[in-house]
Amino acid sequence: MAEKTLPPVDVVVVGSGWAGSIMAKEMCEAGLSVVMLERGKRRSTARDGAYPSSLDELEGAVRYKLFQNPAQTTVTVRNRSDQEAVPYRRLAAFLPGAGVGGAGLHWTGVHFRAPPQDLRLRSHIIERYGRKFIPEGMNLQDYGVTYTELEPFFDKAEKVFGTSGEAYTVNGKPTGKGNVFAPDRSDDFPLPPLKDVYTAHLFRHAATEAGYHPYAMPAANASQPYTNPYGAQMGPCNFCGYCSDYACYMYAKASPNVNIMPALRRHETFTLRSNAHVLKVLLDSTGKKATGVVYQDAEGNHITQPAGLVILAAFQFHNVHLMLLSGIGKAYDPASNTGTVGRNFTYQNITNSTVWMPPTRNTDQFIGSAGGVAIDDFNSDNFDHGPLGFIGGSPLWVNQAGVKPIAGAKAATPGAPRWGSAWKKAAIDTYRHSFTINAQGSNMAYRDVYLDLDPTWRTSYGQPMLRMTFDWKDNDIRMNRYVISQLANVVKALGAQDAHYGMREPGKPFDVRDYQTTHLCGGAVMGDDPKTSALNRYLQSWDVPNVFVVGANAFPQGMGYNPTGLVAALAYWSAHHIRTQWLKGNGGPLVAL
Amino acid sequence: MPDTPHRPHPAAPLTEQPHSLAAPLTPAAPHPAEAGHAPAATHTATRRHVVQGLGTGAAALALGSVATAPAAQAATNPPAHPASPTQTDTPRFFSPAEFALLSAACERIFPADAQGPGAIALGVPHFIDGQMDTPWGRGELWYMQGPHRPDAPANLGYQLPYSPQQIYKVGLAGVIAWVQQTHQAAFETLAPEVQDSILTALEQNATQFDALPAATFFEQLRSDTIEGAFADPLHGGNRHMAGWLMMGFPGARGDYMDWVDRYDTPYPYGPVSIAGETADHG
Ligand SMILES: Cc1cc2nc3c(=O)[nH]c(=O)nc-3n(C[C@H](O)[C@H](O)[C@H](O)COP(=O)(O)OP(=O)(O)OC[C@H]3O[C@@H](n4cnc5c(N)ncnc54)[C@H](O)[C@@H]3O)c2cc1C
Ligand code: SF4
Repeated sequence: MAEKTLPPVDVVVVGSGWAGSIMAKEMCEAGLSVVMLERGKRRSTARDGAYPSSLDELEGAVRYKLFQNPAQTTVTVRNRSDQEAVPYRRLAAFLPGAGVGGAGLHWTGVHFRAPPQDLRLRSHIIERYGRKFIPEGMNLQDYGVTYTELEPFFDKAEKVFGTSGEAYTVNGKPTGKGNVFAPDRSDDFPLPPLKDVYTAHLFRHAATEAGYHPYAMPAANASQPYTNPYGAQMGPCNFCGYCSDYACYMYAKASPNVNIMPALRRHETFTLRSNAHVLKVLLDSTGKKATGVVYQDAEGNHITQPAGLVILAAFQFHNVHLMLLSGIGKAYDPASNTGTVGRNFTYQNITNSTVWMPPTRNTDQFIGSAGGVAIDDFNSDNFDHGPLGFIGGSPLWVNQAGVKPIAGAKAATPGAPRWGSAWKKAAIDTYRHSFTINAQGSNMAYRDVYLDLDPTWRTSYGQPMLRMTFDWKDNDIRMNRYVISQLANVVKALGAQDAHYGMREPGKPFDVRDYQTTHLCGGAVMGDDPKTSALNRYLQSWDVPNVFVVGANAFPQGMGYNPTGLVAALAYWSAHHIRTQWLKGNGGPLVAL
Repeated sequence: MPDTPHRPHPAAPLTEQPHSLAAPLTPAAPHPAEAGHAPAATHTATRRHVVQGLGTGAAALALGSVATAPAAQAATNPPAHPASPTQTDTPRFFSPAEFALLSAACERIFPADAQGPGAIALGVPHFIDGQMDTPWGRGELWYMQGPHRPDAPANLGYQLPYSPQQIYKVGLAGVIAWVQQTHQAAFETLAPEVQDSILTALEQNATQFDALPAATFFEQLRSDTIEGAFADPLHGGNRHMAGWLMMGFPGARGDYMDWVDRYDTPYPYGPVSIAGETADHG
């Protein structure tokens, strides 16, 4: 193993997913030299999304071809502080990306803006329900940035991603379509919504009949050929059904690889290094200034890359891990309730319900995309929480990204046999005639749910693993159960033959064996108070002002929507302030302490 | 450091691949009209009939064993299909005794029945054999470093020191010995009801083989059996896409542009595999 120091650059970006690609593009546009370091392989749609070889469920969704290999690095998990955490040895509950494009190459593409009240949830809850409404132990916080401030950046991200959807109002004018709960927009979606698949169509009608307000889900899957502001081209989505977990051979699903990299590569000041696993951010003797990063290359050499500005965009928990390993900010200590790095770790509170249509109806679950039909009647604070006594909510939707037969056959039909002829018949009937309705809910932050370094297990790089202490809490369990109880009205209107309502069971702990989502949030959150946030409202470290940390780690709590729309908007927001303020200043904090 | 204002790029259209100008707007999906293979539909019934006729575990096993496989193959496969190269292969990872048990157990988990062929006709045991010699089989896709805490709560996930290869080696040896002890016979020679009761005992974790709980072995076997029945035939199972035909899955078509809004109209095309094999709905 050799050690080497490279010539300095203006900016080093850690990670090549959406967050890293947006930041790198913006920094190149500002005329800076940028080195992007990606621990995984080079990846491209042409190779990793080739037709037909990439339409391989075993390789893509069972052996996790495009995902992080836990043999290299993983986390440890426990439910409570008094337990020993143990390694997450096999991928299941969440699937972090690895390789150029990050999880952006194989995400699905559901592309939301954040509800305005979610961005200032603490203030909003206190205004509407009073301070006492917030349960003991819940760290409810504001983002420190408002929807109005972020709106131009949501808009920019949608144009870069080629997002399909239907607006409710544009500059205050109703369009007659869209989500009645959606905030106002400065412009329409760049593309019209995707068509409803059959099951989404059924849901739309049943939800209307039940008195709710269905809308076409916004999706970064191009409903038509599209050229984005960077000049990158997308083809139209053909509902191939291999959306989640796969690269899109139609070039229709937005990815950093399709939508940003081609333009990024044109900047002569841009360099991408793959197989470069960043071990830590280097700080000077004051601990207040980053001098660069050290990474391990494919041959095991340790390479120092000096840089004037360090942008961590390695994904939510990897960002937190790198901060803890590097000593950026103070590690959170739940006992004394001090420190911010690792604090407010949250997830997404999803449960899935299955609806069986009569055997004469084929639900064609193999057709799919990131589109679908949702209702927001029980999301966010769109309903009166006063009599209910919990905080948070959940959209309900049919978001059929394409069900393949291994996943279809493994899906458990509650109460039915798990193997043998009776199971086989049930599995086939379920695959052919059922569909899934997801309740993808918010997850609040709690004092005893957090991230820190594990004392026992190490990654293949010899570093302490990140430790997750996570469990479902009463507020979130009750939220989920309430929302699911409302689903019965829709199911009745569907004319379904049978339904299984998936909901959180009190006392049943977080289970790493079931895929839920990869919508992990928090751990290094943004905010106005350095005592409760690791980052200021521009995603700048309070402690080391030439480090910006971009990703869902910045969310103070988990929202009902998917995170990436907000991650991208926050990246553009942060980049804008780096370009217009930080680069013009002395490299200090953008928010005075 | 200088700054430049935000402005959209006036650049020419860009695609991810530096040398191609346009994104592929039309997929290369094989269309039924282009199908080069003879339809397999008429043979599905034959295959079902033959497999159903095999009442006992011993006969079911024989279907997958080396000696009788060519005959079984002739009877069960549509002549239009070239013989699958793996069909007569002897297992590479498993010993004959292990493979006999594995085959019989897979067949009980995924039996031939009115729905269609079972695990043996689908090539599931060969699929599992093939998977052993992959990075996954060798445990290279799991975090395998110690210390191991096998007694950690189940909801915190797999904590054993075994790779998939080791799960099978330990599990199959364990089941062979256990069945010998409890039934004085090999699993594959027992009647299906008896085999089922043994599998149920494994599923309910009635015993343990070294540090391997019987239920862990059973769950691995169940999961891999399902994968073998429904993965692309490229991996050695799902022979002639019979698993997909049963499920009504069109395989690697990956193009429903014309079908997405033809609601409640049965999708008319049978599956296509990555290698381009096609089949019609039975
Ligand atoms: C199957 C799936 C479906 C999803 N669908 C949706 C959806 O429909 N809508 C939605 O909003 N979100 C979705 N998500 C989540 C979405 O993918 C993420 O929110 C998003 O990709 C995060 O972008 P990121 O840039 O922050 O991180 P990533 O895309 O994970 O990129 C981070 C990159 O950093 C690299 N990296 C990590 N550590 C290091 C290191 N130490 N050194 C160097 N490089 C490092 C990683 O390899 C990775 O490539 C989905 C996720 C998955 C897995
Ligand atoms: S469903 Fe559409 S966007 Fe998704 S992978 Fe298929 S073609 Fe691409």
